[in-house]
Amino acid sequence: MTATGAAVLPAGGPRTDEPVLELDDVRKVYPGASPVVALDRASFTIHRWELVAIVGPSGSGKSTLLQVMGTLDRPTSGTVRIVGTDVASMSDRDLAALRATRIGFVFQQFFLAEHASALDNVADGRLYSGTRHRARAQAAAAALRRVGLGHRMDHRPPQLSGGERLRVAIARALVGNPDIVLADEPTGNLDSVSGAAIFALLMELHAEGATIVVITYNHELAGRLPRRIEVLDGCLVADVREPRPAAPTDGHRP
Amino acid sequence: MTAATVRRLHPADLARTASVGLRTRRMRAALSALGIAIGVAAMVAVLGLSASSQAGLLAEIDKLGTNLLVVTPGQSITGDAAELPTEAPGMIARIGPVETVESTGAVDATVFRNPYIPAYNTNGIGLAAASLGLPDAVRTSVAAGRYLNAATARLPVAVLGSDAARHLGISRIFPDQRIWAGGQWFYVAGILNPATLTQNINNLVLIGYPAAEKYLNFDGHPSTVYVRAATEQVADVFTVLAATANPQSPSEVKVTRPSAALEARAAAQSAFNGLFLGLGAVALLVGGIGVANTMVISVLERRSEIGLRRALGATKGHIRLQFLAEAVLLAAIGGAVGVAAGTVATASYVSIKSWHLVVPPLAWGGGLGAAVVIGATAGLLPALRAARMQPTEALRTT
Repeated sequence: MTATGAAVLPAGGPRTDEPVLELDDVRKVYPGASPVVALDRASFTIHRWELVAIVGPSGSGKSTLLQVMGTLDRPTSGTVRIVGTDVASMSDRDLAALRATRIGFVFQQFFLAEHASALDNVADGRLYSGTRHRARAQAAAAALRRVGLGHRMDHRPPQLSGGERLRVAIARALVGNPDIVLADEPTGNLDSVSGAAIFALLMELHAEGATIVVITYNHELAGRLPRRIEVLDGCLVADVREPRPAAPTDGHRP
Repeated sequence: MTAATVRRLHPADLARTASVGLRTRRMRAALSALGIAIGVAAMVAVLGLSASSQAGLLAEIDKLGTNLLVVTPGQSITGDAAELPTEAPGMIARIGPVETVESTGAVDATVFRNPYIPAYNTNGIGLAAASLGLPDAVRTSVAAGRYLNAATARLPVAVLGSDAARHLGISRIFPDQRIWAGGQWFYVAGILNPATLTQNINNLVLIGYPAAEKYLNFDGHPSTVYVRAATEQVADVFTVLAATANPQSPSEVKVTRPSAALEARAAAQSAFNGLFLGLGAVALLVGGIGVANTMVISVLERRSEIGLRRALGATKGHIRLQFLAEAVLLAAIGGAVGVAAGTVATASYVSIKSWHLVVPPLAWGGGLGAAVVIGATAGLLPALRAARMQPTEALRTT
């Protein structure tokens, strides 16, 4: 990983056969008077340079899946491996370091700091990976240009539209050159035109080598992605690949 | 590259993240810093004022001279009041390093403004014979009129000490101004300013030695001898003074150094500070509770920020340190403002009193240090709480 972080492509070119995220028989139960099985027997592997949609209705366990994939929560049973490392054996501290360098998050609510400029918000994406301020700012500027916000760097989130804020959040997820980007319902708060633009952006980033998992309830948008994992009531019900999974094009048309 | 390492935040980054809460919630930050500021200001002002007044008093003592020694009769072996020999001033004057010797001799008589005042109404005013250089020796001066001279010392003429003048109701001098002393009229020639070093003079009415002997049957025994000695040899003079004043029975002579008593008083003044420092400490404590309250609310409000930071790779330690540093920063700002305010308050009071401004390092250093310690204490629990928050719980939006 380079310090400047200008490139989205991993050094040495993408190796599509390398598993980045592996779930093996993952089960998540929320304890309580009546325990809730949020995730049951979830097994799948996401390889480098994949663009995957996880689709399911509200309450189907998508958010739990995101938290487990992102090491924000530990599964009740089963194995989660990030780039080959079993997270069960890692301490809370090591998981934090793992998130700092290997996983990028895009949250539905964006969670941008309102008082800070877009640039500073994006730069915070590398705050905990040991990058100095100047290098962070440079990487953030590159990431913002990458998502088409080169002209909005000094604007604060309240001065940006919903689509632009989402782009800032995406740039923040990308700025650390993570191995995988997890996006939770990114277009959930956008109108269909902006949503389509964001999907186009995700396709572009994917084309440049980013590994992206998009969680969404929107079957129509998910249908345009090369691979779809469908979730229902905590179970994976389908894992569909298009005939040409790893060949996204820049000229993506809805 | 499988094992990612945890990086500590650079101090500049720590400062940046720690100040987020203060920058975004300025009003609240300012108010809770104010609590700390008031406490620190009170402490700094108390310590600064006492140090300044002490310095002022010591400067005054310096001006009055620390080389004054006072010789008085003590008690005889049988417990009766002793007497100094009439030759005592003359003998003391022969000690090498002694520069001036002046004396007063108590006259057993009462002083009234006029003969019609009841005899019991003495106001504690004493009558004494005084030598002609007394005001200079005790570093006081004439407030009105003039002091005794060789001529008036033989006549029924009196000079009033500052308190005696006040008690007699005489504030200015005009011809034919008289007082009733020892059963006869004495003309008032002058009034003295207060003598700081030898305050017993202030409530005396002074007349000349010859006049005292002539009109009031004074026996000529001095009751107090004021000695000025070369400053570097004061201690030596002190040791020989008793034996010189009364060679027959040196143990019946008491020698004191008034400046030492004043210096002791200056030091003792700081004893009163305890109370005010206690009040300052209470204010500081209340300020600390304010900071703790602010931090608790801040942690609750910024749940999603904590969750986001955890998702971005912050460890529990990062979160803990961020909120702890925020509390310390908040308190330190309050402390700095408090030190400034306390110094300004001290300076303005000192300028009225025309003392020199002294703010001891203990005051500002201690004030700032106390603020930081209080901030750390107040921030500890909220910081621990923030760090304990699970990322999933922190990121939950409902």
